[in-house]
Amino acid sequence: MFLLMNLPISLVQAEVIHERRSLYRDITVVQNGPRRCLIFNVRIGDRNQTCVDVDDPEKLVFSYTRMSFAGLLVRPNPKKILVAGLGGGSIPMTFADLYPDAQIDIVEIDRAVFDVAKEFFFFAENENMQVTIMDARVFVKRAALQNKKYDYIVLDAFTGDYIPEHLLTREFLEEVRSIMEVDAVLVANTFSTSQFYDYESVTYQNVYGEFFNFKLPNSGNRIIITRNQPLPDRGELISAAQQISSRLEKYGIPILEYPARMSTSIDWDMSRRVLTDQFSPANLLRDN
Amino acid sequence: MSSDKNQFLIRLTILTVAFIGGFAIMSVELLGGRILSPYFGSSVYVWGSIITVFMLSLSIGYLSGGKLSIKNPNPLTYSGFFIVAALLLLPVILFAEGIMEQVFLVVEDPRYGSLLASLALYFLPTVVLGMISPYSIRLLVSNQSHSGHVAGQLYFVSTMGSALGTLATSFYFVLWFEVNQILWGIIAVLMTAGLAVMTVNYVPALLLARVQNHEN
Repeated sequence: MFLLMNLPISLVQAEVIHERRSLYRDITVVQNGPRRCLIFNVRIGDRNQTCVDVDDPEKLVFSYTRMSFAGLLVRPNPKKILVAGLGGGSIPMTFADLYPDAQIDIVEIDRAVFDVAKEFFFFAENENMQVTIMDARVFVKRAALQNKKYDYIVLDAFTGDYIPEHLLTREFLEEVRSIMEVDAVLVANTFSTSQFYDYESVTYQNVYGEFFNFKLPNSGNRIIITRNQPLPDRGELISAAQQISSRLEKYGIPILEYPARMSTSIDWDMSRRVLTDQFSPANLLRDN
Repeated sequence: MSSDKNQFLIRLTILTVAFIGGFAIMSVELLGGRILSPYFGSSVYVWGSIITVFMLSLSIGYLSGGKLSIKNPNPLTYSGFFIVAALLLLPVILFAEGIMEQVFLVVEDPRYGSLLASLALYFLPTVVLGMISPYSIRLLVSNQSHSGHVAGQLYFVSTMGSALGTLATSFYFVLWFEVNQILWGIIAVLMTAGLAVMTVNYVPALLLARVQNHEN
């Protein structure tokens, strides 16, 4: 009874259709009507990691997933895409559907997540879209050694309960920058609450200079969008949105609303320390 | 200074520095995960590598520390463990990047990469730190009948040191300091421990000798 009271309400009504314990987390798949969700670590109260509508699997259910495509306003028509963090696979699947000729690399640390994505979330690899089971930091370092470059990089490796501290440091972001083409875009799904927001912002600013701080009302997520060159102005974002909006309609991505929400103004405490490999107590900072 | 008082001071010093040894081992081990993660990730096998290397090194250290204590056990050798361990930790600060980079280039599998890097970085200092415990017991034991009691006391302080080293490092040090600053701190404390052992063992004897010289 005590356990039940701590569960998210949606889960009480939903049916658990699969449970698996991996090296890294407990994975639960629940279904409530047509909505099927992947949840990590139910017992400590985590929310849905990713959801899919089984009657309309192309539609992106979560706003942060949809927001991850705002990078297309900065770098349209990417040919080489890297997604760090698979989840249910909806971000890479959407990319594959949008750009069938693009090369899509996905790095995911947990093989169990990969298996669950295939079994329950309609994820499938193809010759242009491959998953590597590896730590994202190691993947990026190897990619840099092999001189690989990407046009579009999505960092979505944060599950919410534990922060991989080595994926938030200045050194990691510099390594990511080294595998970006000159005009590539970086889209990072990050933390929008707690004082950790400040540390993260200061660190991104230290490496990339200016970035778009992309937040939507009614969404707890903050997406950082940046690149190695000066950022486009709002007019350019709007015209890019107009060009692509019809293609994004079927996924439910309201791209026309995005330019107005992408801000470059600083709303964090600039006096915070930059996170580095030497100093990255992310999990301790978040709780304080 | 009376001999009894002096003996008490020496015993207290040994127990204190054994505590410091235990503290240092776990503090370094905990930082090991942080140091390896940029090259090998922070997965469970990285911790597996680190713990394996520490256990292996400690077991070898226990064996050879015990062996060293058979012939002519003396405080100078004992203090040497602390100073040598401190010096062997210097490469972790100075050359870790270069060593890990080489391993990363040669070994593709992050499991064996992290194992090899852990060996290269932590094997030698941990072996020497492992020598402290058995040698401490030999210095503290004056007769067979209380040897178990002495060993118990020694395990108590050194393992308490380890517990506290783990806690302090993971809860607070990483929040207050950079990894290398913590390592410099450990090196300084080990050095101080080695010098303290020398001081309490040899300075009173020297003073005594001087007093006796005056009396003559």
